[in-house]
Amino acid sequence: MAGQSTYVPKTGFTRWLDARLPILRFIDDTITSYPTPKNLNFWYTFGGILAFMLGVQIVTGIVLAMHYVPSSDFAFQSVEQRIMREVNYGWLIRYIHSNGASMFFLAVYIHIFRGLYYGSYKAPREVIWLLGVLIYILMMATAFFGYVLPWGQMSFWGATVITSLFSALDQIIPHLGSAITTWLWGDFAVGDATLNRFFSLHYLVPFIIAGVVVLHIWALHVPGNNNPLGIDLKGPQDKVPFHPYYTVKDAFYLSLFVLVYAGIVFYAPNFFGNPDNYIQANPLVTPTDIVPEWYLLPFYAMLRSVPQKLIGVLVLVGSLVTLVFVPWLDTSKTRSCRFRPVMKQLFWIFAADCVLLGYVGSQTADAAWHLGDMELPLVWLAQLGTLYYFAFFWLLMPFVGWFERPRPVPESIAQPVLAKEGAL
Amino acid sequence: MDQGVKTGTTAAEPTRRDFLYIATGAAATVGAVFAAWPFIDQMNPSSAVLAMASIEVSLAGIQPGQQVVFKWRGHPLFVRRRTPKEIAQARAVPLSELIDPLADNANLSDSAPATDANRAIKPEWLVVVGVCTHLGCTPTVSTPQNPQGDYGGWLCHCHGSQYDVAGRVRKGPAPKNLAVPVYSFTGPMKIKVG
Repeated sequence: MAGQSTYVPKTGFTRWLDARLPILRFIDDTITSYPTPKNLNFWYTFGGILAFMLGVQIVTGIVLAMHYVPSSDFAFQSVEQRIMREVNYGWLIRYIHSNGASMFFLAVYIHIFRGLYYGSYKAPREVIWLLGVLIYILMMATAFFGYVLPWGQMSFWGATVITSLFSALDQIIPHLGSAITTWLWGDFAVGDATLNRFFSLHYLVPFIIAGVVVLHIWALHVPGNNNPLGIDLKGPQDKVPFHPYYTVKDAFYLSLFVLVYAGIVFYAPNFFGNPDNYIQANPLVTPTDIVPEWYLLPFYAMLRSVPQKLIGVLVLVGSLVTLVFVPWLDTSKTRSCRFRPVMKQLFWIFAADCVLLGYVGSQTADAAWHLGDMELPLVWLAQLGTLYYFAFFWLLMPFVGWFERPRPVPESIAQPVLAKEGAL
Repeated sequence: MDQGVKTGTTAAEPTRRDFLYIATGAAATVGAVFAAWPFIDQMNPSSAVLAMASIEVSLAGIQPGQQVVFKWRGHPLFVRRRTPKEIAQARAVPLSELIDPLADNANLSDSAPATDANRAIKPEWLVVVGVCTHLGCTPTVSTPQNPQGDYGGWLCHCHGSQYDVAGRVRKGPAPKNLAVPVYSFTGPMKIKVG
């Protein structure tokens, strides 16, 4: 990968294998001796955690598929009765899988915000970021398909609302949007055909994600990791081999992460769930409040902040498409926010903005805050939050990079450490 | 390789090889499109779904002021027997106040205006698809005993759209009036929908 291979086969067998299938060389180059900046902190352990979560979801998912029935007549029973009550440890595997989605998104959000803070999307790492955005969007698609499968009220109506987003195209070309929704549903409404194809796709897309993850890591291994200082590696004094330094560090924080995960699975398995999804899907009755899973709430708030259908859908799509342009919107030469006094503040406001949008998305469409006699409709907050979301990327990122005066960055990773110890 | 023809920048006569390249490429492209179509079209409603596309509904027993919900093509179908007061209320609305000025009535032309008369075949019977034109939720009916929203028709709880007693959208984000499906009276108290 970065630099020459340092692998030396030691036994007769490994020399023989290396000349035929250099798989041990590949493992050594990409994992064992892969040179890594020596200052990676806690926030860099989430890449490994995400790989673990993908594995957990695939293994538990394959098992659940052995007991699940993708049919609008039997899906709900096959989950709530067969898997939850009859299959040995079905309840455990199902709760690992359903809460796994939440833990997966928790980890991916930390991973994305870490990348934003330390400028990991900047040259020469743009392609890593782009592949990451693709993985994130595929993850949202997978989670959406998966949420439909238990065929509860939220499953059904969530599927209806999200697929109906395409009907906004009717406002551009009449009947086009409706033709697309009918095509997606395989019916005139979400129904049996829809459930079957969502099951098929829910099984497929995680393997596509695994493929894109391979590309993501491949692209990472060409320039090597960014680091909290956001500077390039200068020499061997800046690097450590990935194993054992980061295998152990990743494993340690993975254990803590799994501890939290297990705590939720065993003690609060329905913490992230919605009680309405324990009612079987009913096409004739919409629940009074349709709420998506927590990890989609900020986007839902942005969709609802616009009282016009087509523009609302465009805002939703735009909020994701915006991420594609991040590497080119940031004009600053300094990567890490540690040395960017203005961007650092704006970053934390952005993080708070996403939480605020998430909160607003979890409330009803007509909710309001009462401050004394004043009534503050939450939709105003959503509009303000949406404005900041787009302004952060399209205005602040380019302009702040232009006028901000970054603090001086260290010469190398080793330099500030050695200087502190009096070695230089 | 026929080196002599390919070398140099001068435009040579098209060769047999050029012809074969283009012909093969064109055939492959057309073939790919034809091969893709069955895989795209299999997603559309199957013949079993299409066979269930129309229903007969008896209106007997529906009281004035009452709405009954039927299931049609997987969607709720609202059949509302309107009171004379409600009809008068719907007729009093000027077209200029409407968000969607078109009737959205599958029994009329696409350009028919959204007058109350264009929304129902018989004024007493309003038949609409109970799918909010925003993102597909089922709106809640408004009655004098249990009013929903400000227009006496329906309120959609998902994103707050409101409809009047003719099923016309009066407050966004829904862009269009509740759709009137193709239907006809097959008897004084019987309709065929679809």
